[in-house]
Formats: sequence, C-alpha cells, structure tokens
Amino acid sequence: MLQAVPSIFGVIVISFVLTRALPGDPAVYFAGAMADKESIEQVRQALGLDRSWVEQFFIYVGNLAQGDWGQSLKTGQPVTEELLKRLPASLELTFIGLGLAVLAAVPLGILAATNPGSWVDHICRLLVTAGVSLPTFFTGLFLIYIFYYLLGWSPSPLGRLNILYLSPSHVTGFYIIDSLIAGDLEIFLGALAQLILPTITLGLFALAPIARMTRGAMLGALSSDYVRTARANGLSKSMILLTYAFRNASLPVLTTLGMVFSFLLGANVLVEKVFSWPGIGSFAIEALIASDYAAVQGFVLSMALLFITVNLTIDVILAITDPRVGLEE
Amino acid sequence: MKRRNFLKSMGVATGASILPFLKYIPVEAAGKKDTLVVVAANGINSLDLHRKGTNRPSYQVTVNIYDRLVRFGVKKLEDGSLAYDSTKIEPEVAESWTVSRDGKTLTFKINPKAKFWDGTPVTAKDIKWSFDRAVSLGGFPAVQMKAGSMTKPDQFIAVDDKTFQIKLPKPSKLTLPDLAVPIPFIINSKVAKSKATAKDPWATEYLHKNPAGSGAFKIVRWDPGQQFVYERNEDWALGPKPGVKRVIVREVPSASTRRALTERGDADLYMDIPAKDSKEIVTKTGGKVKVSGAPIDNCLHVLALNLKYKPFDNIKVRQAIAYAIPYGDILKAAAYGRGKPMFGGRDMKPTSVEWPQPFPYDTNLEKAKVLLDQAGMPGGFETTLSYNLGLAAWQEPTALLIQESLKKIGIKVKLDKIPGASWRTAALVKKRLPMHLENFGGWLNYPDYYFFWAYKYGHLFNSSNYKNPEIEKLVNDTLHMEVIDKKYEENVKRMIGIAFEDVPRIPIYQPYLDAAMRAPVNGYASWFHRQLDVRSITKAGV
Repeated sequence: MLQAVPSIFGVIVISFVLTRALPGDPAVYFAGAMADKESIEQVRQALGLDRSWVEQFFIYVGNLAQGDWGQSLKTGQPVTEELLKRLPASLELTFIGLGLAVLAAVPLGILAATNPGSWVDHICRLLVTAGVSLPTFFTGLFLIYIFYYLLGWSPSPLGRLNILYLSPSHVTGFYIIDSLIAGDLEIFLGALAQLILPTITLGLFALAPIARMTRGAMLGALSSDYVRTARANGLSKSMILLTYAFRNASLPVLTTLGMVFSFLLGANVLVEKVFSWPGIGSFAIEALIASDYAAVQGFVLSMALLFITVNLTIDVILAITDPRVGLEE
Repeated sequence: MKRRNFLKSMGVATGASILPFLKYIPVEAAGKKDTLVVVAANGINSLDLHRKGTNRPSYQVTVNIYDRLVRFGVKKLEDGSLAYDSTKIEPEVAESWTVSRDGKTLTFKINPKAKFWDGTPVTAKDIKWSFDRAVSLGGFPAVQMKAGSMTKPDQFIAVDDKTFQIKLPKPSKLTLPDLAVPIPFIINSKVAKSKATAKDPWATEYLHKNPAGSGAFKIVRWDPGQQFVYERNEDWALGPKPGVKRVIVREVPSASTRRALTERGDADLYMDIPAKDSKEIVTKTGGKVKVSGAPIDNCLHVLALNLKYKPFDNIKVRQAIAYAIPYGDILKAAAYGRGKPMFGGRDMKPTSVEWPQPFPYDTNLEKAKVLLDQAGMPGGFETTLSYNLGLAAWQEPTALLIQESLKKIGIKVKLDKIPGASWRTAALVKKRLPMHLENFGGWLNYPDYYFFWAYKYGHLFNSSNYKNPEIEKLVNDTLHMEVIDKKYEENVKRMIGIAFEDVPRIPIYQPYLDAAMRAPVNGYASWFHRQLDVRSITKAGV
C-alpha cells in the first residue's frame, strides 16, 4: 500500500504538467464566442491562470489535500461530484461487459483447448478475430441499427435510464444495485435493458484477449507433466481439467483480466459516445478538448487510484490461488 | 453452479424488460402531445449566462426561462420556414418605450403583467440590478453590452417601480436590438440579493444552479452531462402561451444516434443537423421527419488570408485566390446545397447595402493565373491552409477542394488541422495562421457590425490582420448611425466595395442553420443565437 504513495504523487505532478502543456488556452476557450482581449484576461485572472505554474501547482496540491479537486469549467460542477457520478456509470458498464466476456471467453477457451481443431475451436478463432478487428463504435452502431432501429427490440440508446424514469437514490451509484436496494423492480429492469447493448459491445471487444489467453494457457497446462501424471493416476476427467489444469492456467488469465479491465475503461469512451452513456470516458474527452485542467487532472488521478486498486486486488487474488505467489514477499 | 444461475437470471431479465419498454417509450414520452423530447450534441454547463465559462448551448436556457425588455419578431421565409426578424422589435417586459429627442435616453414602461415565478412584480430595480450585473461581471456579457454602448452601471436608472431608463453617451442604432439578445436578461433581484455574499455580490454561485426569473419556462431538473427539463410557467403573460408543457433536452453525443432516435420517433426535435443528414432524412422517412432552417443572418464561411504573411500582403495574390476557389463544388460537397452562394456578383461596386451579398468573383483559373503573373509569382508558391477540427464537417471537404483547385494555378497548399480547443488561440487571438477557414457571424444584423468585428484592425475576428485606414474611419462613423441616415447607405456601400476589392476574407457561402423535427412539431424558428426557443413550439397529437 505504501508503495502506491510515490506513484500517486508522480501522477499528480505529471497530470499537472501535461495539462499545462496542452496547446489550447482555457481562458480563450471559456471567455466565449465574442470575447475580446480584455475579457479573456479577466477570465484568465478569475481562473487563476495568470499565476506561475509553481504557484498554481501548490494551490492545486493544497486543495487536493483538503479534498477539493477543483471545479470543471466545461460542466460547471465540482470535479469530485462529476467523478462520483460518472465513475459508477462507467464501472457498471465495464464490470458487466467484462463479466459477460469472461463468462463467454473462459468456457470457450477451455473447450477450444480440449478439442483443438474442432468446430468449437473454429468458433473461438472467429470470435477472437471479430472481437479484435471490429472497432467498438462500429459494433455499437451496428447493434443499435439492428436491435433498435430495425427490430425495435432494444430501448432507445439514451444513456443509463430512459427519459421517464428518475434515477434511484444514490447508494452505490450502480443503478442495478441501487434500484434493488430501493426495491424498485421497474427501474431495475429499465436500467438493465439499457445496459444490454453497450455491455455486449464492450464484452465482444474484451472477449478476444481473454479467450485467446485461456486457450493458450490451457493448452500449455494440458500438455504439462502434472496433468500427464494425473491422467496416469486415473483421476476423473473433470478433476483433471478443473482442479489441475485450469487452476494453473488461471494465473495468466487473471493477469490478462487486470490488463483488459484497464484498457476497457479506455475503450469505454467510444461506447459511451454511441450510447449517450454519461460515463467518465466521455467526460474526460470533452474536458481534454476544452483544456479543462481540473477535470483532466481529476480524471487522471482517479484512474491512477483505480488502477492501483485493481492491481492490488489482482495480486491478492493471485496470492490466494497460487501458493507460489506468497503474501510474505 | 453460480455461473449458471447468473446466466439464467440474465436471460429472464432480458426477455421481461424488452416488452414493456417498447410500448412505454413512444407512447408516453415522445408521443405525448404536451411533452417535447429534444436531443442535443452538447449539454449545458450553467443556468446563468453571466457566469464566466458558460457555454453556447446554455444560452438557450436564458432565452427560455428569462425575459428581456424587448424581443425580436418572427417572419416567414419563402420556403415556409420561420426565422427571427432582425428589423422587428417587439415588447416583452417593456410594454412601451420612448427615445428622447437627442437619442441619448431610452425610457421603458414596464408591463404590470410581468411577474417573477414567486409572484412578485418585475420592477425597474430588478432590471437595473440585472443590467448592472451584465456590465460588471466582465467576460462575454460585458463585451456584448458594450456593443450596445452600455458599459457602466450609472447608465441604468430605475426612475420608479415601473419606469426604467438607459442613458447613452451617444445615440446608437445598436442599443435597442442589443437589448433583445440573450445577455440583458432580467433576474429577480430580491431572491438573488438574499443569496449574495461579500465575496460574491452578484450571486453567481447561487444563480448558476438556481435560476430566478420571470420567463415562460422554468427548469425543473438538471442532471449535468445528461439532460435538463423545462416546465411551462402557467402564469406567464408576456406572449402567447407556449404550446408544450414540458421539454426534455437530452444529451446525445453521437450524431448517428441522434438521427436514429429522431427517425424512430423517440425524439421530436434535433438542432444543428449536419447538412448531409438534413438532405437525406426527409426523403428517407417519407415526410415523417421534416427539416426547417434559414440562412444564418450576418454569417459567412470565408477563406481568410493573413496579410502579415507574404505573399498575402499583395492584393493581386488575394484576388487570384478569390478567382481560384471552386465555389460551386464546395457548395455541393461541403454544404450539400444548404448554403447561399456568395460568388458571381456582377460589379466591383456594390449596388445595395444588402449583407452578405455575392462577391464579384467566380471560379476562373485563367484570370487567376494572369493575376498571379501580375503579382510577380507566375510559378505560384507554397503555403499552409489551416482549419478547425471541431468544424471538420464543412471545413475538411472545403479545405481539400481548395487545395486541389489552387494546385492548378501553381499554389501548393499543405493542410494543417487544428483541434477545436486550440483554434481560437491560434486563429483569432494570436492571428498566426497564414491561410485559414473562418466562420464569424454577428448577432446584430448590420453590415457595419460585421465589419466592426471582422475588418477592423486588431479586432477578434479580423484574423487576416487586415488594416485599412478608410475602413477604420468608415466603421467608426457608421456603427452607431441610424439606417435612415443619408450617409449610411453611402458608407456601407463603400465598405462592401473595399471588401470586394481587397478580399482579405474570401466568402465561400452563407451557411444554413437546420433543425430536424417530427412532422407533428410546428412553430420552430431559426434564431441568430442558434439555439432553440421553445416558447413558439407546438406539437400536435400523434
């Protein structure tokens, strides 16, 4: 845990310097369409951008220490408020997308590895190729076209909930959990329906690396000495497959999962745009376009914190599944 | 075991949730007669236009929830579309007004029917407080007020509760129309003052999220980044009662999704439809979706040549380029026909004060070559053409077509794409782009107002660094002059004549502002502020 402190500080410094190095001038951008030099200067002063970088940095760190992440100029809301609202939206999408991907990819990978060259293997290869080669915005738009525009099965791609519903009262920020806590089945189903297409889009994208990694790791494990020994000892097939082979193969799969999770949060941006999802990715992109310093810094910082947490979790899980990865290290 | 359970529950939920949804949405929301669903590309970031950093989409909030002293009328165009009428100024909070003989005092009588949402009457004190705020907070509001010669709080006088006066340093034709733009909106000063603090005397933090006005609509919900909802103010008496009771404005960043929603009938209206879509959507839906739009007044898409960079300081080079622009192709490929041609004028001397009007150039490569010869550059030269990625929809094809055409007269053009956020700094503030595409439009519809911003040296939209003492004098003399003044016509014609001759800005076309809407939606009008005025919208039942 303590190791995380220097990396967090590094992220703070780098995000600060990088945002300042962006070519856009926020004072000009936010002064409005008709602003003249005088009013641009007024905005610059109001934003505190007329001070030196060092001064700005210390003000920023001082505010961070007090829990004040600044105010997003683009949306006019405090950055913490925005992140707290948008991060769950993105995480809900990512977790379910990843969950779908794992549910499909791991069995597929195992089946493909146990029957190499069979039709399951070919399907696996096809899905992997499709998942890698189709950009998410294309898959998203394609699904919308089929299931919303042509068939009309899916609700309108208007974000997390349809216009008519009010969002459930905030507990976790995950609508499907919050609605169940509130005991409102209608909102739960509404939120779930909105999730189907975007999570499938995201899941298709995440499926490829996981399936490929599972297949590869399983092939390796199945041809290993310990599996041969297990077979020779006459253990049941499922015992060999799940206890011996898969448990060993799950290590690289878990590591891949951590990485896939990280890049899924990035890939979210396009899915969010297509499905009008009020997530953190579209927030970050818009902030970046507008040179909205506080928002960009807040985004980078929260992502850094998230990655550190994810890596820590994966490490802990690895330590539990594999006795070789000791906790005492 | 667990996995199977999870899959099973997913399957059940999927099947169950789809059916009621299909019936629920179209009938209940977009199909409802008194609810309008609008989809927009960008969301609002404040409910207070005077606040620093308030973005363009937020202007519409001010338009719909606050009142002003006066407003513009609406006219019907030839094709049946509605548009605001810059020549017609109608009463809003002011029931009548008089201008003193010297033209320096405007006196407004306040309509006793004007009431804030809390039921208290709108008084001259509220107006004074709001106007003081507009000129004191700085930034864009102050600039816009200055265009109407209003710069200091002591120009605004609350004579009594129902009489408000504006004192001007000199008479100006721009003052009255400037009172009809979104900026000088009227705030309930009693509410605002009660929330003001010593650090924030104008209650910017409070009004940012809590509007206090008298307008035809109120904001009942705002989820930043997602949506906001207007609800009709049933007590509003300053105009015809709005046709819809509730307006939901939902943010939908992807243009394809916006279009799909409108075609499917889940959204009623969408603004700023790309020219390409506006052509297709009508034919494709067989009239279930219609497009309404008008050319944007006082707005031009231009190719600007920066005189600070050689060889654009040479008038012959500028004219040569003006003869080498493929106007017709650009109109077809970049504007999809949704633009008014600004080429092919007949005479170097303008015959009317109409603005914008076609410039006396056309695509004529022979003439362009001759002019380049005369400029001493028969072999052409190399340069860069910059454009704004934020406006790539029209600027990208336009830039490519210009590049291709200029190659034919020996000018080698390198394209330079600039991200939206950096654009204003590079093009307008630093004015460091040799050749670039620009699209200024003036809110107040007078040619001299356009020249003030785009042709006067050092002014923001004069990204060409153009400097001409005669233009400086002409604009200064004309800017505040009444249009009936004898000198007005002469001055404006001379200005336009100089712009024809010197072409620091080569107009390509005048753009349209289009909105797509479902057939039952009526009353949509295009406005100079390019935002949706929902007060006039009506919706027939489906």
